[in-house]
Amino acid sequence: MGEAMNSFTFDKTNLACGALLVATGAFFAVQSLSMEIGSTFRMGPGFFPLALSAVLIVLGVVVLIQATRVEGEPLGAIAWRGMAFILPAPIIFGLTVRSLGFVPAIFITALIASFASHKMSMVAAVVLSACVAAFSYTVFLWGLGLPYQAFAPWLGL
Amino acid sequence: MELFDNLALGFATATTFYNMGFCLIGVLLGTLIGVLPGIGATATIAMLLPITFQIGDPVSSLIMLAGIYYGAQYGGSTTAILINMPGESSSAVTAIDGYQMARKGRAGVALAVAAIGSFFAGTVSTFLVAIFAPPLTSIALQFGAAEYFSLMIVGLVSSIALASGSVVKALAMVALGLLLGLVGTDVISGTPRFTLGIREYADGLNFVALAVGVFGIAEILRNLENERTREVLVSKVTGLMPTREDFKEMFAPILRGTAIGSALGILPGGGAILASFASYTVEKRVSKNPQEFGRGAIAGVAGPESANNAGAQTSFIPMLTLGIPANPVMALMIGAMIIQGIVPGPNVATEQPALFWGIIASMWIGNLLLIILNLPLIGLWVKLLTVPYYVLFPIIMAFCSIGVYSVNSNIYDLFAVAFFGLLGYALQKMRCEPAPLLLGFVLGPLLEENLRRAMILSRGDPSTFVTRPISAILLALAVIVLVVVLLPSVRKKRDEVFVEEE
Repeated sequence: MGEAMNSFTFDKTNLACGALLVATGAFFAVQSLSMEIGSTFRMGPGFFPLALSAVLIVLGVVVLIQATRVEGEPLGAIAWRGMAFILPAPIIFGLTVRSLGFVPAIFITALIASFASHKMSMVAAVVLSACVAAFSYTVFLWGLGLPYQAFAPWLGL
Repeated sequence: MELFDNLALGFATATTFYNMGFCLIGVLLGTLIGVLPGIGATATIAMLLPITFQIGDPVSSLIMLAGIYYGAQYGGSTTAILINMPGESSSAVTAIDGYQMARKGRAGVALAVAAIGSFFAGTVSTFLVAIFAPPLTSIALQFGAAEYFSLMIVGLVSSIALASGSVVKALAMVALGLLLGLVGTDVISGTPRFTLGIREYADGLNFVALAVGVFGIAEILRNLENERTREVLVSKVTGLMPTREDFKEMFAPILRGTAIGSALGILPGGGAILASFASYTVEKRVSKNPQEFGRGAIAGVAGPESANNAGAQTSFIPMLTLGIPANPVMALMIGAMIIQGIVPGPNVATEQPALFWGIIASMWIGNLLLIILNLPLIGLWVKLLTVPYYVLFPIIMAFCSIGVYSVNSNIYDLFAVAFFGLLGYALQKMRCEPAPLLLGFVLGPLLEENLRRAMILSRGDPSTFVTRPISAILLALAVIVLVVVLLPSVRKKRDEVFVEEE
């Protein structure tokens, strides 16, 4: 647990958190304002979201105020390498599943995700991804009968 | 008696070859993933959710989903006992004494006690669900829009009360979840909202994508922060059978745990976690040798495990009767129902009796399968504990991608997964709990719809929420809960409880 310090410092975690909440609230509020608000009797599509955005902004401000008062725990390690390889994996799957086909898309997805760990070797990653692709083909396309093309026709397989 | 007719219908539905099969697969998959490192029950269910949609029949798919839930919880207790790593926060208490038992070479007994306690609690609470669900349903059928709105407020507020950390942040997570739930076309006016002009989001953000991102991917990223090898204490578990003294020692704690768990599980907001803590505290207090606790007391495993399982079962009551999720897992079940074309709420019991009673009966069958399968299979689960994490997450990422894509074949859902993974990780780093966000997301559209309907019915007079008696009582309840969690003394106690958990 972090200890309260006497020096005047900001708790960076809460500062970031409050800022994110206020920004998100503002984003939704601006969008809500462009929609019909209506009255309490007949609420338009913008009414409820506008109210919620206001709540979110107020809560964000409260978190910001709290950030000036207490020093919390440090943020700790951040999984930069993890984010760099894990987050693109589903995006790449989305971009390749139609153009390359299901099996190559799964192979690439697993391969990219493999590099999120520094413990994984190149050979192991390729073998693992190939196994995942083969297993997925058997279970999802052949077993469960998902209606996706295994390989795109232009690959000539 | 009607109860027995209903249960008979339930068992007839749940024991068909087909449904038994799915229950078995669910329980096995749940335990498998629950035992594997770094993935808790909620993340497990979120990731396996899409697979259940491939089964055409909603009854089978919900039975399988429920099986995954029990299985994952059981797997969580196994890791808690064997490697002191609770898969779920509700099995964190089990780790205290269970791990100590394992260190003394009594891992087998600890696992058996957990299984027996869970099974007993599961049996009792299945009956409780069967007894209490129908009357609650008939009350709920009289609910109007105002009552529903107030009920959901109670649910959301309770989820805040049981989230760890800052109350303000938990409230903010509810608001954010509600807002995210509103993305898509407004049902009343047909206006697209917050879609950023992307046509693929007109039907709203994909629930599976949100759950997988915020729970599954965020958890993977957190595990990648500092990779370490896990030490498995026990390579071989022997001596499963508890002695006669063990049975004597666990009997009363199991009974008390079941009672505590059943009562607290109904509370919206995740009573199962609270139940295991409450049970542990009670056992320590009534025990003749309280100094044994923390050093491998059987009561410290039997009580909380029973409470945890009883709570997990009775948390189905608000979900089945009112359509209000008591915890993130129930929110996932509701999401699954909606995707299967079933409108959650009191009508489920009357319109789909086979589904309603089939799920209830399958709870008991799932628990039975767990005790039959898991004790002999424990050797396999122990082996799985040694699977290195870096092999797992490429597999998880591939299956997550397939799963999310298979729901709607919408590529934008995969982009949403990445976004929610990032969001979930950021929120976790900022110590914001994702559970209230998920509840908010599921309830967002319902909350708005009932608010608007109630206001139209009252001609724009907001006092309708306090002049209608049931609605007023529910709102008063929500206010009381909120005041209580904000009280300094309670906050301090609550902090202590959650610190102990970590």
